Amino acid sequence: MATKPRSKRQQQLEAALLAPVDWLEERSGLVGALKYFLFRKVPRETNWFHTLGSATLTAFLVQAITGAILAMYYKPSPNEAYESIQAITNDLFAGWLVRGMHRWGASVMIILLFLHMGRVFLFGAYKYPRELNWLIGVVLLLMAMLEGFTGYLLPWDDTAYWATVVGVNLNANAPIAGPFIGNLLTGGAEIGTETLSRFYAIHMLLLPGGIFALIGLHLYLVIRLGVTPPPWTESAAGYEEPTNGRPARSGLVSPAPRGNGKTTPGGRKVDR
Amino acid sequence: MADELDQPRDDLERRDAEPHLPSPTIWPFAFAAGIALVLIGLIVSWIVAAIGAVLAIVFGLLWIRDATRGVRAEPEPAPPAAVTPTDVDLEARADEPARYPRAKFLEGATLGIGALIGGVITLPVVGFAIGPAFIDQGYDDVDLGPLDNFPAGQFIITTFYSKGDKYGEVGLRTAYIRNNGLVNEVPSFTIVSGRCVHLGCPVQPQGPISEEQKKSVKAKGGEVILTPTQPSGFGCPCHGGAYNAEGERTAGPPVRSLDRYRYAIIEGNLVLKTPYSVGKVDGSGADAKIHAYKLADPGQHVDGPEQIFYPIIL
Repeated sequence: MATKPRSKRQQQLEAALLAPVDWLEERSGLVGALKYFLFRKVPRETNWFHTLGSATLTAFLVQAITGAILAMYYKPSPNEAYESIQAITNDLFAGWLVRGMHRWGASVMIILLFLHMGRVFLFGAYKYPRELNWLIGVVLLLMAMLEGFTGYLLPWDDTAYWATVVGVNLNANAPIAGPFIGNLLTGGAEIGTETLSRFYAIHMLLLPGGIFALIGLHLYLVIRLGVTPPPWTESAAGYEEPTNGRPARSGLVSPAPRGNGKTTPGGRKVDR
Repeated sequence: MADELDQPRDDLERRDAEPHLPSPTIWPFAFAAGIALVLIGLIVSWIVAAIGAVLAIVFGLLWIRDATRGVRAEPEPAPPAAVTPTDVDLEARADEPARYPRAKFLEGATLGIGALIGGVITLPVVGFAIGPAFIDQGYDDVDLGPLDNFPAGQFIITTFYSKGDKYGEVGLRTAYIRNNGLVNEVPSFTIVSGRCVHLGCPVQPQGPISEEQKKSVKAKGGEVILTPTQPSGFGCPCHGGAYNAEGERTAGPPVRSLDRYRYAIIEGNLVLKTPYSVGKVDGSGADAKIHAYKLADPGQHVDGPEQIFYPIIL
């Protein structure tokens, strides 16, 4: 394809647009990093199932943003919590929407998390060399469940209160450590004023910070180790397509071929 | 003779050729930390000062021992690198630049001081996060008003503020109180806690509730609401736990009898004291023999073989 020679004005415009990008790249390397992230190689057979992780991340970001905004209006004290939630839902402009996003988004996030986990399990994506990422994912799952548990108390109505009573006492039933866990969760011998502020701090400061950090680690490992191809594809079974002209598949190791253990010189598959 | 004279001279020369420095030691840092603790302790508490003094003495002695090693002619401890390096080690080290003891010391000191600062900052924060949940977790006495409000032989649903104004509505608790009549001229009460010992839901009386006789009493600790009832027992709405009128489990998931409250009669008023857990109840009413235990969270066994799972009840 012949490219049209660009006019001087076009060149000037391009330079003006690119100058800040170049400035940033020269000083931080961020542009290169972003390019590496966006244009990294992924298996050709990547499909919609592979989007579940990103979907979970998106759900978490929605939770983080709506949660931060809800925190502007929510008052985590026993005398004001219920009224402030009522005000958010009924009185404040668009409060019902943001609270609804947070409330239903919580369920969406947990559902997506489990679907993502199921995908990773069924695709065998937890196997070498990605075991560590599975473990991080398990911790993320636990933290998300804890987010649900601590967030459930915050509306401070009867459902929230008694559900938390039962939830805390379930944990307090654990052998030996039980009584300690109970006191630790409630911030005292019984659910009281301390419990609400405690759950609030855990819900919106401690856990989200940890989740953000672990998601960063999770993504780093995904980028470093590559995306797992689906198990029904040839690359997953250990056959490599010839790479002439096309980019090679990602993945750290090329597994030993199955079948009779031989590949043709071009890497073309042998009989199964 | 000449030999005898030469020998020490030779020794002296050799010693002069080397710098007269004690080997580097980390003890002064710990010693200084001990002194600092003593000074802090003078202001804060004598316990801290005592700990600081012990640290200063121990590490001071260690420092003296190190510093006087040359004078006391004690041999220097053998360097740990006495192991003959294998070929692999040599290969691996070939690329590394030469390392000097001073650089190693600085590296260690940086890491050590960093860890110390990290610990000094982290420990109090962690302690503050955990400690208050376990310290001073008592139960306040609650004044329930005059004895006349508790006629003999009848259960009264008593709702009261367990922590006064401090907790507000969150501190609302319910107890089922029955006056068992006079025993040795003193009224005897059965006071059953409304907290289900399965998972802590509120148990309800199984029987008619006389809502029309409900009354509110202004007692010292705040409002107390009294509603007469004639229960055959108590039931929990959450998971179906059932108890008889003495609070003994009759069905469902609870693991022991309902908790009870100790009580006192002060100036004609019924006053709730600390609650306690109950294993079995033999008999009923004023004659009941109650197997009392320290108050446990719901779901924790206080008797039977399962109690070994809960060795420490907070």
